[in-house]
Amino acid sequence: MDLPVWQALYEELAETNFLPITVALESRGREGARQWIEAANPAHPSLIDQGHLTADLYGFVNVPMAAWIDEEGVIVRPPETAGSTDSFRSMDRVARTMPEDQRALQRNTRAAYLDALRDWARSGTASRFALAGDEVRRRIEPRDEGRARAAVLARLAESVWRAGYAGDARALFDEAEALWPESWALKRQAWNLEDPMKSFGDEFWQAVQALGDKPYYQPAGDIG
Amino acid sequence: MTKVLLPGTEVAIKGCEERGEDLWVPVGSLPTLGWELKPEGACRGDFCAPLHAGREAEFTDGNRFSFTALARRLGMPFASHAATDTWAFGESSETRNDALDSLIAPDFSLPDLSGGEHRLSDYRGKKVILLAWASW
Repeated sequence: MDLPVWQALYEELAETNFLPITVALESRGREGARQWIEAANPAHPSLIDQGHLTADLYGFVNVPMAAWIDEEGVIVRPPETAGSTDSFRSMDRVARTMPEDQRALQRNTRAAYLDALRDWARSGTASRFALAGDEVRRRIEPRDEGRARAAVLARLAESVWRAGYAGDARALFDEAEALWPESWALKRQAWNLEDPMKSFGDEFWQAVQALGDKPYYQPAGDIG
Repeated sequence: MTKVLLPGTEVAIKGCEERGEDLWVPVGSLPTLGWELKPEGACRGDFCAPLHAGREAEFTDGNRFSFTALARRLGMPFASHAATDTWAFGESSETRNDALDSLIAPDFSLPDLSGGEHRLSDYRGKKVILLAWASW
């Protein structure tokens, strides 16, 4: 979802203690995120995560993904897709159009996600969208050694890229992607560092196509 | 100057030595990496990793400390890049899994556009949606 959506929701729910904290996974740092943040002009915290620390801590493998955290700092919804669907996969890339049923699916899923947030903001623990601890644990993707190593390789890759060693950075990203193939955040960030258009280009579409029946965005089960 | 990347921070350390595949840091630099040597072993906060009795030389020669030996001992992944003299260390999968299993949101501090730092735990008392987005 676009950044301005979170500012609008923050304003709408001003009577509650709801707070969006948006984090840009952006190896290009502040300058890579600046134009979008300035356009959204958020009053809520809008942070820059150059080293993809939150992806490492929370297991974000794509964007948009979100976790819900209650007043005590407890996770009540695990890191999950935040209102996006695979509708874009049906896009006609030349005409840039999508079939109406897919557009409706995207609209409805997004609306349902925002409604779930409204419900939680207003009802707290009484909201059916605030999950019990065991359910949150069940839904959290466990980290294996390969993913832990992939996070370190990606961190090193970002630093090496900043130092001007683009080829070495690419090799480190390749190694990281092989260890954490589910992470689109790794793949697309690496493409972006090669060329900002590449993360939307042919490589991206070919990789999406290679998913076959597997989802690009894992649906957030009970919302929508 | 060796650059050491740790989750959420990076430090530059003078006087490191690479020996084989290991990074030996001056013992005095350990606090900048979040660790200190105590009689109980290598400690970070309340946690202490005892160094193997009789095998202390694998970890320290008195002046320097093998940070990679500690990382191996704790299952912390690491990787290095020779041309930039950079080493990156992460947390073990066990540490990451335990943290999420506790359901307490992992804390972090990140900057906003103007450089102001925000710590997640500073927003206790709010219902927070922590949302990752990207330009790519």
